[in-house]
Order: sequence, then structure tokens, then C-alpha cells
Amino acid sequence: MEVLLAFVTGLMGAASVYLLLSRHVVRMLLGLILLSNTANLLIFVAGRLTETRPPLVPPGGVLPEVPFANPVPQALILTAIVISFGLLAFALVLVYRGYLELGTVDSDRMRVAEPPLPGQRILPPEVQGEARSGCR
Amino acid sequence: MFALVASVFAQSFLAPIIGRRMPLRAGWILALLPASATAWLVTLATGGLDQPVLRESLPWIPALDVFLSFRLDGLALLFSVLILGIGALVVVYSGGYLKGDPRLGRFLAFMSAFMGSMLGLVLADNVVTLFVFWELTSVTSFLLIGFDHEDARSRRSALQALLVTGGGGLALLAGLLLMASIGGTHELSELLLLGDRFREHPAYTAVLALVLLGAFTKSAQFPFHFWLPNAMDAPTPVSAYLHSATMVKAGVYLVARLHPILGGTEAWIWTLVGFGGATALLGGILAVRQTDLKRILAYTTVAALGQLVLLAGLGTAQALQAFVVTLFAHSLYKGALFMGAGAVDHETGTRELSSLGGLRSLMPITAVAVGLAALSNAGLPPFLGFIGKEELYTGALGSQAYGQGIAGVMVAVNALLLTAAGLVFVKPFFGAQVATPRAPHEAPVSLWLGPALLGALGLAFGVFHGLAGDWFVSPAVSSIVGRPQAVTLHLWKGLDPALLLSAVTVALGVAVFSAWSRVKAGFDRLGTWLRFDSDRGWDRGLVGLVQVAEWQTRAIQGGYLRTYLRTTLAFVTLAVGLTLVFRGGLVAAIPLPDATLAHWILAGLIVAAVATTLLAHTATTAILALGVVGLAIALIFLLFGAPDVAITQLMVETLIVIIVALVLFRLPRLTPFRASLGRERVFNAVVALGFGALITAITLALIALPFDPFLGDEFARLSVPKGHGRNVVNVILVDFRALDTLGEILVVSIAGLGAFSLLRMRRGAR
Repeated sequence: MEVLLAFVTGLMGAASVYLLLSRHVVRMLLGLILLSNTANLLIFVAGRLTETRPPLVPPGGVLPEVPFANPVPQALILTAIVISFGLLAFALVLVYRGYLELGTVDSDRMRVAEPPLPGQRILPPEVQGEARSGCR
Repeated sequence: MFALVASVFAQSFLAPIIGRRMPLRAGWILALLPASATAWLVTLATGGLDQPVLRESLPWIPALDVFLSFRLDGLALLFSVLILGIGALVVVYSGGYLKGDPRLGRFLAFMSAFMGSMLGLVLADNVVTLFVFWELTSVTSFLLIGFDHEDARSRRSALQALLVTGGGGLALLAGLLLMASIGGTHELSELLLLGDRFREHPAYTAVLALVLLGAFTKSAQFPFHFWLPNAMDAPTPVSAYLHSATMVKAGVYLVARLHPILGGTEAWIWTLVGFGGATALLGGILAVRQTDLKRILAYTTVAALGQLVLLAGLGTAQALQAFVVTLFAHSLYKGALFMGAGAVDHETGTRELSSLGGLRSLMPITAVAVGLAALSNAGLPPFLGFIGKEELYTGALGSQAYGQGIAGVMVAVNALLLTAAGLVFVKPFFGAQVATPRAPHEAPVSLWLGPALLGALGLAFGVFHGLAGDWFVSPAVSSIVGRPQAVTLHLWKGLDPALLLSAVTVALGVAVFSAWSRVKAGFDRLGTWLRFDSDRGWDRGLVGLVQVAEWQTRAIQGGYLRTYLRTTLAFVTLAVGLTLVFRGGLVAAIPLPDATLAHWILAGLIVAAVATTLLAHTATTAILALGVVGLAIALIFLLFGAPDVAITQLMVETLIVIIVALVLFRLPRLTPFRASLGRERVFNAVVALGFGALITAITLALIALPFDPFLGDEFARLSVPKGHGRNVVNVILVDFRALDTLGEILVVSIAGLGAFSLLRMRRGAR
């Protein structure tokens, strides 16, 4: 299963990067979600997979019954899931706010801080209305 | 010496105050320090060859072998006398020249700072100290040339001078550091003892090229000669001081200073003689073409600097002797001529030859001063300039090869210099009086004192050439040669070839002068025919530089988020991937997956869901497909003994799908969802596939390593006794790695706060 998952994580990684490189900020957001899932799965595989009991100590015992699953990657992934959820929440709100302010979800047009390109017209905030059509 | 340099710099801080409180006397007051320092140096100089060599060293960055070391030997003494002596006169002159100008204090501050930098440069005995002062002279001269900063031409000239000399300075820094690493010390006086070690070192050519690049840019050698005449946009005191007596001599100084260790090789001789000779000839020709007093003088300076470089290149004792005399004579007469020209400009309001004439009777003292300097410049006896010219010819004729050719070129250059001197002296002061923008009368004492004194000194040292030889020339030549060398100067050496050449020079010079307008026209035609103009080339180069910078900025920082991301990700992939390959981390044989049917189904589910996400035409489909991926991963967690993680994953994935869907509902209908990227899509796919392959390679490499269960077992063993918990994962989170969890909570809180404030922020508030 580890070898199979090595290829699955690779595929997920490739897909997440492809999504991140999109112009569309919502697609970038999806790439972000997929990338954290990829990382979590990678950590999980690195700790080795055994179809066995969770690492729980039975009542009255001192040690979990062997064999038990490796607890270290589980702890790490739990932390990672929560943090990436926080990151995603922030990014999501940023995208939404960016849309409200700039009237677009096309990262190519989010250029307030950049010099205008040759032939490019930067829309001043007053006339955002006409730009509110998402991507070109 | 440290005290001297420091007090000159300190004076630059006092200058603005003095300039504001006592504008009329500021020049005189500020001249006191350099004048008294000159007196002290002259008393030292009277010792002749027995002058003490003073040395002082203060730790600056001792760990890097960088010391504020100063050393006063014959060469440094001559330069210091010129810097401080002419400096004192120029400061007095500035007081008169900028009389009533509210910027006088600032001007004098820049002047003093420049004087201190120049003094530090010639006294420095540590290559790093030398470089620091070298660059300081560039910076202060930038301030001085651009003093009229409201004038675009001044700004351009100042920038040009700074870029040319500063760029050369960087080359010099590399050369000096290379020298220090070859010699094993940063102290110049120790390096100078190493002699052949440098000439035989494989890096010699590199050192020579770098050092000479620094020296040539500073001393306005061809092809860098163009900045010097442009620097004439500066107020005249600056031209008189920086661009005749001091700063442009810094490159010449450096060449002389490093002569003992770098000089004498074929490369040295022919580079210096070639560039020096070309510069001298070009300077002479261009000087005669000008009609502006200051520009004539500027080009004669270029010519003189070329001669000096040529003499340093020849490197024989005779040539070095000529080098020192010419340098000395040139500093005296050129300072005087510039100040005299400035006085004429100040009184008449013009510097154009055609609008000047007959000033002799109106400005008698200035006329005499300029006349003395011009005669020295023309190289007529009994002036110091004459001795310099004789020595020059003797030195050139004495060189091993092409001596006569070099002497011939020098005759032409000196004839042109004589013509130029004639233009500067005869045209404005003799002939019929011409109406000028201002009604001229004799300049005030502060304006004629400098030129008169310097002009008279040129005569005095010519007549009493014994003193000049003993006090200044012998010690300086000894420093350059590296061993004591007594020099005797002569006005009359009998009928030797040099005297003959002098006679030819004078005849030729007078001939050119009398046929000046025709010669000028001829040179002008030559100039148009050659179409050679470094100055315009400079402009084009600068424009090109800006274009390259713009192109580079657009290419690297195009303002596209995805370009930045792609570059970053591609770099990470390459860096990690190459490390993996070169460190032998790649797994040679991929083992066959030992997966059950359930595993294959889960993997297939993920692949299908990922593909759906990629190909989805609407955001809703994509986020739902992504939810399936998360769900499948939760199942994997469940399958392999991680129910806690699976529950969390399930919950978080559900939340993500709901929240993202909610936000998508508020966004406009996003069509087309897959924005067209054209050709770029291929690049993106390549980067993405590379990244994916890297992840697979890393995972395979990881699982091929033997597994060490120590950490997990240890946590499980200690969970109940130390953590008092039965769920090992929970105990790790809240107990063994509690600080991590605290950090995690903090991160999530901050993200939450950030999201909250983004949502509550008023529209349009930035």
C-alpha cells in the first residue's frame, strides 16, 4: 500500500501545483486544499502503514497492545490539519475580500501594487463595476 | 596624521555654521587649518632625503586585518602639500567666488570633506582604508560637481563622474583585495616590499587590469576621458581644485604608488604608455578645438594626465623624475589657470574666447597671475613647466623602445598645450577690448591671491629648482622607485636633444597658435569625419542599461502571481530533485505495490476525484470532487489505525466544502472556470508533473529506508506513567508536544482574527 500511495501522493502533488498555477484565485484555493492533503498523506505514509489497532492503552494496562499504529505521524497530521484549515479560512476570506475590493477573481488583474503592463489599463476603484465578470 | 585627516573632516561640519555666521570671512577662516598643515609639511620636506617617514595605525576591524593606517613618505608628502596648500588657496578663493551666495557654507563643507578624503587617500597605508577614501573622493566630487543641482546639465555631469569613477573604484577594490590575498597582508607598506612576488604571480594580469581600470577612470584616461570636461559644470573653485590639482591625480598617484610591485613588466609599460600617449594626444587636440576657457583647460588637464600616465609607464628613473616634476608643475599652473579663468568669468560674466579681449589693463593682477601660469604651462624657461618638459623629453628618449616615437608624440602634445596656454592667456587679456556681459574690473584679493601665488611658485621653483629637487622631487622619486634616489634638476643642461625638441615644440606651438582658427577648423572636420564621441556613447550606454534593467524587472517581477509561484516551485523542485539525484537518494527498483482490492479502490477513488477537480467546468463540481479526495483520505486514516485523525479529517473536509461553497455562492458566476492560459499551460503542466514526480521519488526513498520505531514506542511506553492518558496520540498532542499545540492554537486564532477583520473591514478601506 505504501508504494501505491507514493504514486497517489505524487499525482495529488502534481494536481495541486497545477491548480496553484492557475489565474483563477478559486482554483488556487483548491490547489491549496489539495496540497495540504498531499502533505498529510505523505507524513502518514512516512510513518509506515499497518492495518492494525490504534495506539490506545487498554483500561488497567500500561502499554498499548502490540502491534499498534505509529502514533507520531498521527499527532503531526492532527496539528497539520487544523493549521491548514486556519490557513484556508484566511485565504478564502482574502479571496472574497479581494473580489469585493477589486471586482475580480483573476489574479492577473489584481495588480494595484504592480506597474501597469504595456497596453494594460488599470481600472480605478470607481469603475470596478464593469470588471466584475470574473476571468476574461 | 589621523588627527590631521580627522580635523579636516571635522572642519566640514563646522563650515556651514561659519558660512552662515561670517559669510565674508568664512573662506579665510577655513583656510587656516590647511595652510598651517601645509607649513608643517613643508618644514618636514626641508629635510630632503632625510625626511622622516611617519607611520600611524589605529585598529579599525582588526579581525579582518583592516587598520586605519597612515604613512607619510616622499610621494605622500608631495601630494599632501599640493592638496592642503592648493586647498587652502581654493578655500579662500571660494569665499570670494561665492560671495553673497547663501550656499557658501554648504559649498565649503563639501570642499573640506573632499580635502579630507583626498588627504586620507594619499596617506592611507591599508588597502581597505585607501579604497574607502578613494570612494569618498568620488562621492564628495559628485556633491561638488552637482552643486548647482537645479541645473539638469550639472546633475547629469555629476552622475556621470560618479558612475565612471565609482565603477572604476569597484574594479580597484577587487584588484586591491586580490593584491592583499596574494601578499597576505592589507598593509600597503608591507605589500610594497614583496616586489617580484606580484610580477610572477599568475593573477598578476588580473590585478593589473583591475587596478588600472580604477586608476584610468579616476584620471580620465582614454576612453574614460569624457567625464572630466563635463565636470566643468561645477563652480570654478571645484574645477580648479578637483579637476586639476587633486582628484584626477588620484589615479596617477595610485599608479605611482604601486609602481614598485606592479611596474616594470611588458604589460605595464605598454598599457600605460599606449593609453597615456593616446590620452595625451586626444586631450591636446580636443583642447585646441574648444572656445570656452574652462573646457580648454579641462582638455589640457586630460593631456597632462595622459603624459603623467605615460611617464609612469616608462618607469625608468629618468622618466619617474620627469613624472614628479611634471605633476608638481602641472598642479601649480593648472590650479592658477582655473582660478584665473574663474576670476575672468566672475568679473566679465563670460568664458567664451570670442567675447573676451583686452582685459590686461582692467585686471592687471589677474593678468600677471594667469600669465605666469600660462608660461609655465607652455613650458618656457625659467618656469618649472620648462624643467618638466625637458625631463619628459629626456625620459622619453631614454626609454628602451620607440623612444623617439614617444618623444615625437610628446612634442606634438606639448605644442598643442602651448597653443592652449596661449589661447587662455593671450586671447582674453590682449588685443582690443570687447564688451562683456558685466563691466570688468580687478578681482578682489581673495580671487587673485590663489592664482598669483601659484603662478609665482611655478616661477620660483623653476628658478630655485635646487630646492624643488631636494625638498619634493627627490623624496617622491625615491618613494616611487623604492630606494633613495637623489635628483638634481637643471634649467640648463647644455645643448642636448631635449633642448632641441623644446625648441621644435615652441616653434610648432607658436605656429599652431598663429594659425589657430584654421587648425581648429581642421580638427573639427577630423572630428566630424571620425564621428567619435564617447560622451554620446555614454548616453546610449546608460539608456541601454535602463532598458536591460526594465526588461529584467519585467521578466523576473512581471507582477503575475502565477509566474512567481511557478519560478519558486520550479526552483524548489530542481533544488530538491538534484540533491536527491546526486546524493544517491533515488530508488533504483520500484517495488510492486502489495495492495488489497480495498486499497486499489481507495487509490482509484482519489485519482478519479483529483481528475474531476482538474477537469471541472464549475467551481462547485471542483470543490465537491475535492471533498471526495478528503473523504478517501479519511478512510485511509481509518483503515490504518488512526481513527482520531480520520474523524478530524472528516469534520474539517466537510466544513471546507460547506464554507467554500458558501463563499462561491457570494462570488459571481465564474465562467469560464478554467481560464485560458495558452502556451503557458504547458509550462505549468511540466512544473506540476516535475513536482509530483519529486513527491513520489521522496516517498519511495523514504519507505525504502529501514524504519526506526523508537519514537512511537517510546511515546506509547511513557503515555500512561508520565502523561496519565490512554490515547497515545492525544497525550503526544497535549503533553509531550504541548508547546507545539499551543503554537498551533495561536496560529489558528490569528488566522481567525485576520479573517474576521477582513470581513468586517469597511468597503474601500485600504
